Amino acid sequence: MSTFNHRVCPATGLRIHKSAENLIKANAFVAIVFLAVGGLFGLLVALTRWPGVHILPADWFYLSLTAHGLDVLLVWIIFFEMAVMYFASAVLLNSRLAAPRWAWTAFILMLVGAVITNVAVLQGNSSVMFTSYVPMQAAPNFYLGLILFAVGALIGCFVFFGTLVVARDEKTYEGSIPLVTFGAMVAAIIAVFTIASGAIILVPTWLWSLGLIGNIDSLMYKTIWWAMGHSSQQINVAAHVSIWYLVAAVVLGAKPLSEKVSRGAFLLYIFFLQLASAHHLLVDPGISSEWKIFNTSYAMYLAVLGSMIHGMTVPGSIEAAQRARGFTKGLFGWLRNAPWGNPAFSAMFISLITFGFLGGISGVVMGVEQINLIIHNTIYVPGHFHATVVLGTTLAFMAATYLLVPLIFQRELIMKKMAMWQPYIFGLGVTGISVFMMGAGTLGVPRRHWDISGADSIIKFDFPGAAYLMMGLNGMFAILATLGGIMFVLIIVGSLLFGKKTGDEPLKGLTMETATEYGSMEHPKIPGTLVLVGVFFVTFILYYFVNWKYLAEVWPLR
Amino acid sequence: MAITPPPERIWWNLPVARSEIVWIIVAFLWGLVMFSGMVYWHLEGEQNLSNEAYRITPEAYLEKATAMVEQYQVREDAGMPVVHPPPGSDVYLVARLWQWWPIIEFEKGQSYRLHLSSMDWLHGFSLQPVNINLEVHPGYDMVVTITPTDSGEFGVVCNEFCGIGHHQMIGKILVTE
Amino acid sequence: MANSEDTNTSDPGDERIPTMQKLLDNPFLLLFIGVVMPTVFYIIWGIMEIVTIPIAK
Repeated sequence: MSTFNHRVCPATGLRIHKSAENLIKANAFVAIVFLAVGGLFGLLVALTRWPGVHILPADWFYLSLTAHGLDVLLVWIIFFEMAVMYFASAVLLNSRLAAPRWAWTAFILMLVGAVITNVAVLQGNSSVMFTSYVPMQAAPNFYLGLILFAVGALIGCFVFFGTLVVARDEKTYEGSIPLVTFGAMVAAIIAVFTIASGAIILVPTWLWSLGLIGNIDSLMYKTIWWAMGHSSQQINVAAHVSIWYLVAAVVLGAKPLSEKVSRGAFLLYIFFLQLASAHHLLVDPGISSEWKIFNTSYAMYLAVLGSMIHGMTVPGSIEAAQRARGFTKGLFGWLRNAPWGNPAFSAMFISLITFGFLGGISGVVMGVEQINLIIHNTIYVPGHFHATVVLGTTLAFMAATYLLVPLIFQRELIMKKMAMWQPYIFGLGVTGISVFMMGAGTLGVPRRHWDISGADSIIKFDFPGAAYLMMGLNGMFAILATLGGIMFVLIIVGSLLFGKKTGDEPLKGLTMETATEYGSMEHPKIPGTLVLVGVFFVTFILYYFVNWKYLAEVWPLR
Repeated sequence: MAITPPPERIWWNLPVARSEIVWIIVAFLWGLVMFSGMVYWHLEGEQNLSNEAYRITPEAYLEKATAMVEQYQVREDAGMPVVHPPPGSDVYLVARLWQWWPIIEFEKGQSYRLHLSSMDWLHGFSLQPVNINLEVHPGYDMVVTITPTDSGEFGVVCNEFCGIGHHQMIGKILVTE
Repeated sequence: MANSEDTNTSDPGDERIPTMQKLLDNPFLLLFIGVVMPTVFYIIWGIMEIVTIPIAK
């Protein structure tokens, strides 16, 4: 084995490369800063869409919405994913990080890019939304910042792949890479496609904004932009599923029920997940139904199959681990006795359940070619993706952060009581946001809209009272979610500054309740998980057919 | 564990629990059902989006729309022409900053070839409270054959962000008995 | 963390690794698949759809 500047992790015995550790810290910290900034913009957006409050004027609303989308959907998530990739490669493979200098270059490019784009947005002439559909034009720096950010992220991906090669060549591990590393690799693969698509479309758009290119076709832009825009959310799916496995392993010592099944499910992601970019083009002109049906269904729902498999194997591995530890009573004794006071576990489990029931089901249903007609561009869409990206990804990343603080930052959490409550408050807040936005969306309320009352419009249209009620409830739950977000930032930043240094003491307290493996059982029994999966499946079927019924009631179209 | 390499050198050949296999099969079949659902609806369902579309310049589209308005205008409402085109005809709706032009009057139960195109940026055709939502691009003329089955007054809300006046962009479709 | 479990004794070290496991252990082959699939089915097919939209009469 090679030698490099490292410390030995007291909990796992793994060698932790100093450069890798610093990069994980830097990326995770910047990520959380942008989460705080973007989250506060989100609160302003929600308070403006609360008809009774309507806090911002129109120009500031659209500015805030653009900044919200960029900072949380892109900057927070991709920075954190860099941290996850470096952790999953260098740390879990017991290896040094390949080319730390390149990794720092990536970090600086991403940071500079994120700042440039944010400044362009705050200057006020780039309120074009996260999607920046042409021919609406932003300031050139808006695109330039995004391009720099993307180049940085691409370099980060290659540092990850380089580390896989280094670890294999230097034989820092035996056999196949761990499942969590494999999942992070799937995220990196999707990221490469995502960023390449982004370059294909954003570079010409930047040149167009400088006046060097005459015209960019709006349909072409939208198609290729979503190869980036939607795939970047698929990076998240792969990353947060990996984190589910990570948290289950670290907190409960859970091991995958079957390496073959879990990796096979990830393989389905590699093949099919990115096709779902087509979800955004289902009601656009001129594209054939064959293309739409094939792509929107991830080639016959094979990537959904992957997610449904993870939806069983993640709780299943937790149940098996808990039963092995003696919690065998009844169907759900293992779940009742799970470490609900450990924020890493509770955040992870809430992420798992809400991603499946809210985000997953709604995503598949609205991605049905024809059902999209009654959902496209309504506020149902942000309702759906707050369930996937905030409940699924952000909450999973919060869970991971609760592990990184002791493991990588080597600090004890402060305000443990508050940390115990944080995932529940944040989870409940965002669940409310998702549910009420989806509800308002079924009543036709548009997304990205400053004032649904039509007060300034010559022609009026009145949305039903229930729509106003739900937008108000959305605002209230956004306040709750913001509270949860502020708690998170306070706890983490506070712990990094004031938390007790853990040094080389064995870890105790909130994390690492047990990291011991349980004996190898051929086929552990998981009856509780089977019940959960059954409930999920029935919900899925009912919701799917209910939406066909809604569709059947609208005016016939050919 | 998920954070360590698999203990077995060859893990691919290890047996998989029956409950997992059953779930994989069930989930796969459900995927096939959902996939067939979309195909089935093309054959039997009444709400399918046509793929008929043409490339057209905004000027040429506006010319066609203006000609239609001149031919079928019946009155004016809120400073906007109201057209009552004959059933089965081509009806042109113009999306531009920040209005839907003109106001269209349909007859219930009749079919019309509704054209949609934008003069400037992207717009979103959102017919409320029916809740039919379509994306409207500049440079493309999308044709959908639409059959109103309710009478009354309907709003056309813009649901694709189109700048500072986006919220003012509300149009009207009337359906007479 | 060291492997605390016994390796399966019926699994001699020189047994051929199954093809699927080899595929899953090959990051660059997977990267190739993960980029080519959406490029062909989503981007290239999609662009062909758009450029074949006829011009209005």
